[in-house]
Amino acid sequence: MQNNPQPNERKKLIEVKHLKQYFNAGRRNEVKAIDDISFDIYEGETFGLVGESGSGKSTTGRSIIRLYNPTSGEIKFNGTDISKIKHKDMLQFRREMQMIFQDPYASLNPRMKVKDIIAEGLDIHHLVKTDEERDARVNELLDLVGLSHDHATRYPHEFSGGQRQRIGIARALAVEPRFIIADEPISALDVSIQAQVVNLLRDIQKEQNLTYLFIAHDLSMVKYISDRIAVMHNGRLMELSTANEVYNHPLHPYTKSLLSAVPLPDPFYERNRHRKNYDNSIENDGQIRSLQEIVPGHFVLATEEEVAGYQAAAEEYNLGD
Amino acid sequence: MADNTSDIKLNADSFKPVAANNVDEQEKISAPSLTFFQDAIRRLRKNKAAVFSFWLLAIIIFISIVSIWWTPSDPNAQHVAYANLPPKIANGNIPGFTGKANVGGNIVDKYAAAKVPKGTYYVLGTDYLGRDLFSRLMKGVALSLLIGLLATLFDLVIGVPYGIISGWKGGKTDTIMQRIIEIISSIPNLVVVILMLLLFTPGLGSIVVAMGITGWITMARLVRAETLTLKTQEYILAAQTLGESPFRIALKHLIPNLSSTIIIQTMFSIPTAIFFEAFLSFIGIGIPAPNASLGTLLSDGQKTFRFLPYQMWYPAAVISIIMIAFNLLADGLRDAFDPKTQE
Amino acid sequence: MEKILEVNDLQIDFDTFAGSVKAIRNVNFHLNKGETLAIVGESGSGKSVTVRSIMGLLANNAKVASGSIDFKGRDILKLSNREIEKIRGNDISMIFQDPMTSLDPTMPIGKQVAEPLLIHGNVSKKKAMARAEEVLELVGITNAKNRMKDYPHQFSGGQRQRIVIAIAIVNYPEILIADEPTTALDVTIQAQIIDLMKELQNKIETSIIFITHDLGVVAGIADRVAVMYAGKIIEYGSVDEIFYNPQHPYTWGLLNSMPTLDTDSDRLYAIPGTPPNLLNPPRGDAFAPRNPYAMQIDYQAMPPFFKVSDTHYAATWLLHPDAPKTEPPVAIRKRQEEFRRLVAEGKITQPENDEGGVKDDAE
Repeated sequence: MQNNPQPNERKKLIEVKHLKQYFNAGRRNEVKAIDDISFDIYEGETFGLVGESGSGKSTTGRSIIRLYNPTSGEIKFNGTDISKIKHKDMLQFRREMQMIFQDPYASLNPRMKVKDIIAEGLDIHHLVKTDEERDARVNELLDLVGLSHDHATRYPHEFSGGQRQRIGIARALAVEPRFIIADEPISALDVSIQAQVVNLLRDIQKEQNLTYLFIAHDLSMVKYISDRIAVMHNGRLMELSTANEVYNHPLHPYTKSLLSAVPLPDPFYERNRHRKNYDNSIENDGQIRSLQEIVPGHFVLATEEEVAGYQAAAEEYNLGD
Repeated sequence: MADNTSDIKLNADSFKPVAANNVDEQEKISAPSLTFFQDAIRRLRKNKAAVFSFWLLAIIIFISIVSIWWTPSDPNAQHVAYANLPPKIANGNIPGFTGKANVGGNIVDKYAAAKVPKGTYYVLGTDYLGRDLFSRLMKGVALSLLIGLLATLFDLVIGVPYGIISGWKGGKTDTIMQRIIEIISSIPNLVVVILMLLLFTPGLGSIVVAMGITGWITMARLVRAETLTLKTQEYILAAQTLGESPFRIALKHLIPNLSSTIIIQTMFSIPTAIFFEAFLSFIGIGIPAPNASLGTLLSDGQKTFRFLPYQMWYPAAVISIIMIAFNLLADGLRDAFDPKTQE
Repeated sequence: MEKILEVNDLQIDFDTFAGSVKAIRNVNFHLNKGETLAIVGESGSGKSVTVRSIMGLLANNAKVASGSIDFKGRDILKLSNREIEKIRGNDISMIFQDPMTSLDPTMPIGKQVAEPLLIHGNVSKKKAMARAEEVLELVGITNAKNRMKDYPHQFSGGQRQRIVIAIAIVNYPEILIADEPTTALDVTIQAQIIDLMKELQNKIETSIIFITHDLGVVAGIADRVAVMYAGKIIEYGSVDEIFYNPQHPYTWGLLNSMPTLDTDSDRLYAIPGTPPNLLNPPRGDAFAPRNPYAMQIDYQAMPPFFKVSDTHYAATWLLHPDAPKTEPPVAIRKRQEEFRRLVAEGKITQPENDEGGVKDDAE
């Protein structure tokens, strides 16, 4: 949670500019999964992307890793536009960016042994020359994610959800990526296992200087793991700031309603909780909104006129502290 | 509940803390490792009908392979003198295989009447040209199984890749490929075969070509549907993000996960093909004389059924057994591979 | 307090090819009239199997090895299928996790809500439809009158779960079993559904068994909590007792592994390892191998329930009078302090007095 006061000086690893991702574009059943979003991810940070189902958060992750081709807009990885990567450089791109998936049951091929799952990237990128080298590397990765060597010859169905998720992490790490998109990696896991996986992700990040895009709907976990958080709703970014700012000083009504709905393991708090409802209609009043910087580093989706109001609200928080 | 403490002997050591545990120890998996196929075979073994069918088919296939090199007598050799002899085994002691027949109310030893030398007998009798029916049946079954094998081949060589490509590519490619399938499947098989007769002489060739045109369609459809669901699976996405090429994804991820669908569908298409051939031969546009096939045997037997029923009974029984065995085995395989459908 | 349901010494095994899985191992609990009992546990802890046995919905390979479930003076486990069908959807009804699959996509929702009435009550179709409309209104489907003929796909996920709840409560059941009813929903919808369930409980005076793995949800809805691990209940008590004065190391671990607003430490507490395989359940405390406080006795004998208060029991050897005094983890001590502070300030009442001093669980 290293909150750098001057984020602009840090190196941008990912730059998303006016990304739009429409499905069935131009047809009657057109879906605007992502509707003009822009954000940057700095090297070494964890960027949390929060939203409810259908908000477009997973689509954003998949567009960045080029599982989808964007309808319009630009995604830059390490300075190069990913849609312009030539075929021969594509393999290198695939090595540098990796993904951890949500469903530990669907993300491992049931017909493959664990060692072949983990070594898939090693084989594709020819990172090992001999079988002995391959086994040694697989064992190294198993150690890294806290699994034992004799798990290598087992099949996925023999493992629990948390163990499977760790196998998925080992597979992603095998190619030594710089950037990892974690698409709801813990939402299918039990509480006690979630902490294991989150700790593992943090440890690896420190050890290998990784950058994460952490996609989730669980705000408390996202707050814990992220340096900065973007809140997404209906394909648009509502609010973007440091984790503490979004959590403690939310400005956009949607963020406020989301935060007020998070259940906490504290009966006294729960009894006195006041839920804030969010009225969707303010998004559809026809006015053009874009992300505006209210206070340094804190962006909110707003019209030019609304900025002053948000600034006043931010001012109030500061007085309150 | 709280008072059952007394059952346990507590001593000074009881409340000593235990050193931190080895996590590896806890995560050890003790159950034996079963691959998906081992598990499926375990389930298949419990299905008695399927196991019985499997062995029955194994025997039939073995006999058919033998028939390539050896049959009791030449299946196409005619002995007009020995025409329409009833079944007889050895000395004719077994009921039904005595070599005797009812002619005009009298039981007559047809073998003696035809002056068949002692020691020569026909297990399933002879037909109207004096050909050994057992040998012809062996050849006929072998031909049927050959047809089944070819059907499998078409399923695998055309149906599977067609389905995978159509499902994987999606979009326009998929639409076009599916329209082609619909057009092909809208033409009745029989029409295709009759059209083939304009180009080829009747025989194995035209049957095979007809099957090649239409036989793989069900397989292609099933594989496409399965591919559509598989391609959204996260392990396929993971392979894509690792940079795996589509061809290798098909080989490493799709085909192993399609294998159960493929095996089951093959088991269903084999009897369909066998029946198709038998049907064509029966109506006279299949295998031409003098070659034996189950269809021609049935057709010949049917002509004299009232007087010499054995000429039709045996081929009819054999084709029924083959069909039932393949279907039971296919059902068993489906339950074994996909336990969800069992209930 | 009147007990409406009592589960005694329930033991359920599942036959699998590898052997018999002991899914439920001697579970005892009861449900008081009008309360919400939350059963918390991880996947495989047996919480769903327990409630399914109450509904008579066990899988074919499940076998009740022992125990009884007493409801209105009858043992549910001994009833015939027809008798259970009379209870199901009438006296006891159930809400499932996934609102997408619990509704029939080909039937208008009005008819689906009225169906339990037509099955169980001797009411006319017209009356049933009127009741269905009333109940749909009650669960917050706006303009219910005009939406009776709509099909499930015309509703959002949250509304669908409301309809599922409407079906469950249309007969005013005495017991409502909710099996992870909010797990598939977004947080904002989850909060609405929980509020709705609380509101309904007041209105129709039903008792609720709420199954979940989410401790945050439990804190918001439960009166009493039972924590399950490896097929056993390991701790139960009032919601305040479980959250502010937990005694079992597993409960500590669960509460600890959730980040709270002020978790700023570098690492979350994680319970090491994975739950045991119930094919061969361990002899002693099933949690021992993952328990940093484990003692030798934990490997030798199953801990009995030790009394913490009249309403609070925990099955851990740490509570044995001879056991050495252990300090719970920091976060748990914080919770205990917080609790003392809240009680001192009069913001919550001492749990001992919570139930009006009535002694239950005396056995």
